[in-house]
Amino acid sequence: MTSATEAPPRPPRPASIDAARLPVRELVGTALQGLRTRRLRASLSALGIAIGIGAMVAVVGVSASAQANLLSEIQALGTNLLTVTPGQTFLGQNEVLPDTAVPSIDHMLSVESAAAVYQVSSANVYRTPLVPAAETGGIGVDAAGDNLPEVMGTSMASGHFLNSVSNEFPEAVLGWQAAQVLQINQVGGHLMVYLGNTWFTVVGIMKSAVLDTSLDSTVFISLPVAERMFQTQPNPSEIYVRADQNNVVGASNLLAATADPQNADGVQVSRPSDALEAEAAAKGQFTTLLLGLGAVALLVGAIGIANIMVISVLERRGEIGLRRALGATRRHISAQFLTESAMLAALGGIAGLALGAGATEVYALTRHEPFVVPLYALVAAPASGFVIGMIAGLYPAAKAARLSPTEALRST
Amino acid sequence: MALALDEVVKEYPGGVAALRGVSLEIPDGDQVAVVGPSGSGKTTMLTIMGTLERASGGRVEVAGRDIASASDLQLAGLRAHEIGFVFQGFHLQEAMTAIDNVALGMLYTGMPLRQRREIARAALDRVGLSHRREFKPKQLSGGERQRVAIARAIAKRPVIVLADEPTGNLDSRSGGEVIALLHELATDGATLVLITHDEKIAGGFPRRVLMRDGEVVGDDRT
Repeated sequence: MTSATEAPPRPPRPASIDAARLPVRELVGTALQGLRTRRLRASLSALGIAIGIGAMVAVVGVSASAQANLLSEIQALGTNLLTVTPGQTFLGQNEVLPDTAVPSIDHMLSVESAAAVYQVSSANVYRTPLVPAAETGGIGVDAAGDNLPEVMGTSMASGHFLNSVSNEFPEAVLGWQAAQVLQINQVGGHLMVYLGNTWFTVVGIMKSAVLDTSLDSTVFISLPVAERMFQTQPNPSEIYVRADQNNVVGASNLLAATADPQNADGVQVSRPSDALEAEAAAKGQFTTLLLGLGAVALLVGAIGIANIMVISVLERRGEIGLRRALGATRRHISAQFLTESAMLAALGGIAGLALGAGATEVYALTRHEPFVVPLYALVAAPASGFVIGMIAGLYPAAKAARLSPTEALRST
Repeated sequence: MALALDEVVKEYPGGVAALRGVSLEIPDGDQVAVVGPSGSGKTTMLTIMGTLERASGGRVEVAGRDIASASDLQLAGLRAHEIGFVFQGFHLQEAMTAIDNVALGMLYTGMPLRQRREIARAALDRVGLSHRREFKPKQLSGGERQRVAIARAIAKRPVIVLADEPTGNLDSRSGGEVIALLHELATDGATLVLITHDEKIAGGFPRRVLMRDGEVVGDDRT
């Protein structure tokens, strides 16, 4: 063959045809360019995904924050609190703890302090004698040692706890819930409650005892007064024990035998923080309903993306034809549209992460809880967006790849 | 041989025959104008030469290779490396600057962007648009747009340049400039096949192929 013109030497023709190639970097650049040129449309269609993922992140974040809050509360109150209660006999009768139980426990090396309560079963408490006897408001009466708030890790909301004066005179301290029921907000003056046919002066209101909230709906009087007025026996109905933080298990193993050496089997020992930690774990489980709503929003978002991608393919027939003419294979075209769709949704996922984290932050701030978004959400939010985008892009990408290049070129 | 067609037939579903046995040999470096009335099969022949469509019958050789046995991936590779297209409608990407439009022409060779931009800059210099590199298509005149499209087609130094009515959307003056440019660029050895309605433009080519009803009815050289 001879050429009509003087041609500069060109490289020898390779024996085999070089395949068309689209490196991943170029593919991503192409997809980004596609999104950048249609910014408004891209951000509107990513919004659906952002809302769905945002809702899910918020649900997860709020649950985690509530859980972290409860756990930190438990931590602050201490996990070294143990309770000793009388068990039941084989015949279902209640055992009785000996009156020596508290001093014995107090002497244990692994015990820091112990406080007992003694049920005063024959007395109820009312605001006035005019209240019908049946309306007890669910409030119980216990006799208690003066170190109860300290051992429970709680303090007084108002006034003071029982002291040496209370051993002589009819004085009462209200648990948090009991105070609410009796409608007493703070102590002062000669505030009295009618307790077992006698007026008792209210000297204090205790804050909630998170480690055993049954104490909240109780009114406390001193043991000497209870013994004198209500014939209460000095057998503890429950003993709260602060064990050495480093030897809680050791203390717990010895407690039963120490409390009642003659009948250790009749003594129950438990650790309230265990139950509360289980409750915290339960709180960490997100609400299925809210997650379901998030999933619906995601589905709607995915359909929105699929829709916008189909329109995009129709509008960009010319571009698709051109790219085929420039050497793109069908696979390159579908990869381009899939990547666009996936990146669009992944960006929506990132925006959703920000939305959800923001919602969690607002929740945590208003509730004075710690702000927690689980680490996995940082990866899961964009990743799930990416996957959703891939799925939403499947049909539009296949449609783009199927377009005949000649037809696509003719259209513009 | 840059292009060789032997008894090529192209039928579309429904029995419409766009090409009914076209035989044509175009050696390397040849410059051919294809003329003929609308519907004579010119564009179909060009898309088959450009491997955008496969023939229904006959033998097609592009850049020395029988394309019947080539895979779609190989045909795409052939387009990416060896074939440059110029269209009547320019087909520039509105969102991209001139230089990026030209760089897009080499995207599917797998070359990195920096290198493609470098080559694109040189190609824009060759078509006389070095002062329009960062302009978007909307900011360019029709003639300038087609020169960007030509730069895109020739930047990768293809063996074959296929142009389908490249002056169809241009006034006669810028049309003349575009044709002159194509002639000039083809002198570095590329084979040029150009479809035109314009007798005057065809007259400027050393070889003219006349088509009618899907057949080659004339083939003269000057």
